[in-house]
Amino acid sequence: MESLMKLFSLFFFAMIVDNIIFMRFLALCSYVGMTSQFDTSVGMGFAVTFVMVMASVVTFFVYYYILLPLNLVFLRTLTFILVIAVLVQLVEMVIRKTSPYLYKAMGIYLPLITTNCAILAVTFLNIDYHYNLLETIVYSIGVSLGYTIALILLSSIRERLAYSDTPKFWQGYPIVFITSGLLALVFLGFQGMAH
Amino acid sequence: MKEFWQNFVNAIFKENPILILMLGLCSVLAVSTSVQNSLGMGLAFSFVMIFSNILVSLLRPITPYNIRIPIFIIAIGMFTTIIDLVMSAYFTELHKSLGIFIPLIVVNCMIIGRAEAFAYKNSVLNSLADGLGMSVGYLWVIVTLGMLREFLGSGTILGIPILPGIFKPTLAFIMPPGAFWGIGFLIALLNWAGNKFRR
Repeated sequence: MESLMKLFSLFFFAMIVDNIIFMRFLALCSYVGMTSQFDTSVGMGFAVTFVMVMASVVTFFVYYYILLPLNLVFLRTLTFILVIAVLVQLVEMVIRKTSPYLYKAMGIYLPLITTNCAILAVTFLNIDYHYNLLETIVYSIGVSLGYTIALILLSSIRERLAYSDTPKFWQGYPIVFITSGLLALVFLGFQGMAH
Repeated sequence: MKEFWQNFVNAIFKENPILILMLGLCSVLAVSTSVQNSLGMGLAFSFVMIFSNILVSLLRPITPYNIRIPIFIIAIGMFTTIIDLVMSAYFTELHKSLGIFIPLIVVNCMIIGRAEAFAYKNSVLNSLADGLGMSVGYLWVIVTLGMLREFLGSGTILGIPILPGIFKPTLAFIMPPGAFWGIGFLIALLNWAGNKFRR
């Protein structure tokens, strides 16, 4: 029971308290680039969730069963980025062959995910925090849901912002960042809730 | 030589990677809590940017088009690993406070973007100019943001108190919201300046 509680608090911590976008500033390129429409942000969120969980599991095995026994820890950065790139390519091919519907829903986002820093960062964090396999999975699901929440929040606001009368020099990106600052302030309120 | 200069200046303002192209934002927003961190991050980034640009440009004749992206990533990853190990050996404190953002230089969209859009198509000298310009463009933004946030958030610049007793710092500017507000303000300022000086 206690371990279940611990996992839940890890999940909540990853999703809200330590939100990957508002608290850790990762994956901001996709955050500002993909959120002008609600639908694209949902698609991107699902694609990232899918890849992030898979990448975390695969890199977990690569690190503990290949790099660590062979004493090649210094190659971590290079190995992980290559593993992720290959994985994304593989997932794209499998989805394209097996499920045209799913491919239509998230296929176009998959190539973008290779350079999404959130994926690589989460695989590093899993190692740095010494999570075991179960915690790794829970943590990566939590992080990716937090990412999806952030994208959905911002895209909903941006759809409204498009119709509002913004001062001339604040149109476009500046107002998006000011909005994000306010959202981050909200998420700051959760700080200290879970540990 | 003229071309070299033009590429260099272009990268600093007109094609500023962060404020105009919106690339490589993560590290800028995350580590700009103080001037010292900003400088450290900026220099690490410059190292990777300049050398990966040169290497990609040098390898141009033997890089097949179809597998160019993995080759770029390996080139960038190599320099990132070098700077990561060097910093953890000689600047342990700084390395600790920059944390995960040093290894994450490898997925910085700006470096891959420049390798793909510029270094893969231009000579070594021009790529060097582009790398230098991009680095200066990155450095001035991250240091300005670091100064703004450190002053507003803790009332100091490089650890030296400014206006003690008169100015009351607001903690929110060291926290994440301050980073978003700061960068929004800088982009708006650049919009205004661009509008004013183009006329």
